[in-house]
Amino acid sequence: MIPLSWYLIFAAALFSIGLYGVLARKNIIAILMSIELMLTAININFIAFWRYSLPGQMAGQVFAVIVFAVSASEVAVGLALVISLFRRVKLIAADEINLLKW
Amino acid sequence: MAMDTLVWLLPLPPLLAFFLIILFTYPKKGLSHSISIGAALLSWLGSMVVFFNAVRKGAEGLGEHPFGSAVNWLPVGKGWFQIGVTVDPLTAVVLFFVSITILMITLYSVGYHNFGQPAGDHDRPGLPPEGATQDGHRVPSIEPLYSRFFGFISLFAFGMYTLVVSDNLLTLFVGWEIMGLCSYLLIGFWYGKLSARAAMIKAFLVTRIGDVFMLLGIAFLYSATGTLNFREIFFNEEVLHQLTTTPAGFLGLSSAGLIGILLFIGTVGKSAQFPLHVWLPDAMEGPTPVSAMIHAATMVSAGVYMAIRIFPLLSAGAEHGALTSPMVVIAIIGSFTALFAATISVAQRDIKRVLAYSTISQLGYMVAAVGIGAYVAAAFHLITHAFFKALLFLGSGSVIHGMEHGVYHTGDHLDAQDMFNMGGLRSKMPVTFWTFLIGGLALSGFPIVTAGFWSKDEIFADAFAHGHLAVFITLALAALLTAFYTMRQISLTFLGGSRTKAADHAHETPWTMTLPLVVLSVFAISFGWLGIPEHFPLLGGIIPNWLGDFIAGSLPHSLVEIEFNWIPLATSLTVALGGLTLGWLIYRDLPQGAEDPIKKWLGPVYTLLENKYYFDEFYDRVFVKPATWLAETFTYKWLDRTVIDGFLHSVARAAQAIGSFLRNKIDLPIINGFGDAVGELTAKAGERLRFIQTGKVQQYMLIALVVAFGTLFYFLTQ
Repeated sequence: MIPLSWYLIFAAALFSIGLYGVLARKNIIAILMSIELMLTAININFIAFWRYSLPGQMAGQVFAVIVFAVSASEVAVGLALVISLFRRVKLIAADEINLLKW
Repeated sequence: MAMDTLVWLLPLPPLLAFFLIILFTYPKKGLSHSISIGAALLSWLGSMVVFFNAVRKGAEGLGEHPFGSAVNWLPVGKGWFQIGVTVDPLTAVVLFFVSITILMITLYSVGYHNFGQPAGDHDRPGLPPEGATQDGHRVPSIEPLYSRFFGFISLFAFGMYTLVVSDNLLTLFVGWEIMGLCSYLLIGFWYGKLSARAAMIKAFLVTRIGDVFMLLGIAFLYSATGTLNFREIFFNEEVLHQLTTTPAGFLGLSSAGLIGILLFIGTVGKSAQFPLHVWLPDAMEGPTPVSAMIHAATMVSAGVYMAIRIFPLLSAGAEHGALTSPMVVIAIIGSFTALFAATISVAQRDIKRVLAYSTISQLGYMVAAVGIGAYVAAAFHLITHAFFKALLFLGSGSVIHGMEHGVYHTGDHLDAQDMFNMGGLRSKMPVTFWTFLIGGLALSGFPIVTAGFWSKDEIFADAFAHGHLAVFITLALAALLTAFYTMRQISLTFLGGSRTKAADHAHETPWTMTLPLVVLSVFAISFGWLGIPEHFPLLGGIIPNWLGDFIAGSLPHSLVEIEFNWIPLATSLTVALGGLTLGWLIYRDLPQGAEDPIKKWLGPVYTLLENKYYFDEFYDRVFVKPATWLAETFTYKWLDRTVIDGFLHSVARAAQAIGSFLRNKIDLPIINGFGDAVGELTAKAGERLRFIQTGKVQQYMLIALVVAFGTLFYFLTQ
């Protein structure tokens, strides 16, 4: 078997890439995609831990499925918000949207 | 009705009349005077019933058991202070003259205030009426405050009746003060005139001085004896003896002496004796019926009445014939006043002033009579004087009215009261002339046919018989002057030719004014015949000395009859007839515009007399100005405004300073400042920190991430 740590490192790397994307990308859609990456990394974490500690139980798989569901709905809502925001400010660059500035 | 009950009812009709007039019938002039006269008539009828019953009971019986009763009034200690009414012989005769004079004067006032005349053109309430225009002529107008006058006269009548029938010094004093009030109100009846306002205050204050001492006397008497009832004090040997033997601790007087003097000072004020005589001439500012009633017949008589009432107290402790200390004081003041006022009267020009000083002088006679122990003579003169003095005053009012007719007719502006503007009114106003002459002769003591002769003669006889020669000579001189100025007055007013056109056009006054004159003149003639002494030559004994016997019944001890002596009779005849003749000779035909003849003869003395010995000026400088200074400067300006107000103002300023200090130095900076600072700090902090909120989502997330990692590492490395 591949050692667990490889999966965890992989997940961590993926998570970090996603985190970098969220913090540094200009395009809002790209930020959303980065958020998805982070969620995927989390999923990998879940599955890895499930496979390597309690493969008999269903809890790990169930948790991963929940995470999928959550990420899907969250993306839907996020896109709706982005579209609504775009219709208002006609911008998609995150560092130019500062409506909530003091 | 039982006499005891009837006596209680005597003062009530006038009181009721007062309330009815003031509260209800003020606008209705005719109804007001009818109520007032009706009340006076009722009280007169009641008084006559009481009088006749008193006469029927006789002096002895009435003296022992007077009519009247008493009620419990004020609880004091274990018992009660009682007040009540009593009618003994003295009260009965006083009621006689009081009731008839009040009735006559009330009736007279109807005509005097021109009832039935139109309202004046420019008349204002508070000023004397000045005439209306009727068919192009100026005629007298009705008094604007007509009902008010009758209301006050009725109240006054109530006061007098209360005083006369009361059986104790307290209700007597109540009646005394009510009359003082009415005197004040009625002197200032024409309150629009400054002189009337000044006179009303002067009268009240001067009599007040007397009243204060009288109240002290009453208080002293009450504390010494525990009662103020006349019978209990004056008819009680032990009480009188105890009062005469206890020293009062003041000038070596006994209690009786000091009480007597204190009570007498009340008389000095009320009956205008020297030195409190100054108010009475000024009181002539009031309408003439007021002068007649209050200042001739009734109120000023009240002072003498009280002195006569307390006679047993005054004479207690002296053997027969000798005088006690209060009696000496009274005799001196009385006889001095009699002469003093008579001298002033000689130089007066106003018809009412002559009579005012004459009143003071005659009251001096009565007071002197009390002082020398001539009880009956004093009461006798009191009664006759009331009749002829009221007659004279009413007559003078009639003369003034007649003169005013003349003034309205001619349009001259002259003083209708100045005798030197009159003259020859005998033919124009006959009824007034004859009644005035009768009154004047009575005042002078014209022999036999006038009442004044009999009462004056009795005073002279008493003074001479008991050897009080100083009093006798003083009173004789005063009688000479009295006859002189009376004839001066009558001659100037009625005899000779008229000195002004106004006097030419005078005419007689209506029946409401002349009827009282006639009634009073009947009494002024005939009343004296009730008191002819037993031993009088020729006439004595024909009519018994009913009055003397009757009045003497009021005293606990019987009085000794005086032996007849020719000297006092001769003196009184000489001075009366001599004075009358002298006055007639000098003044009977004074031409128009002439000066008073005695001005030349007396020279500077005349000015002194005309100015009343400058007593008013003296009192003004010695009493009035210091009192005014004390009130206006010392008390008001210094104490009140500077000290007390100054203290208050400085307290206020201190409070204000503290307040403003607290406000400006503590409240505003510290407390407000603190509150403001909190807000401002928050705002400033917000301003400084708001740069964090950029509105950029990624920055927010970055910060959140940094903080989250930081916390995580912090806890992991713990």
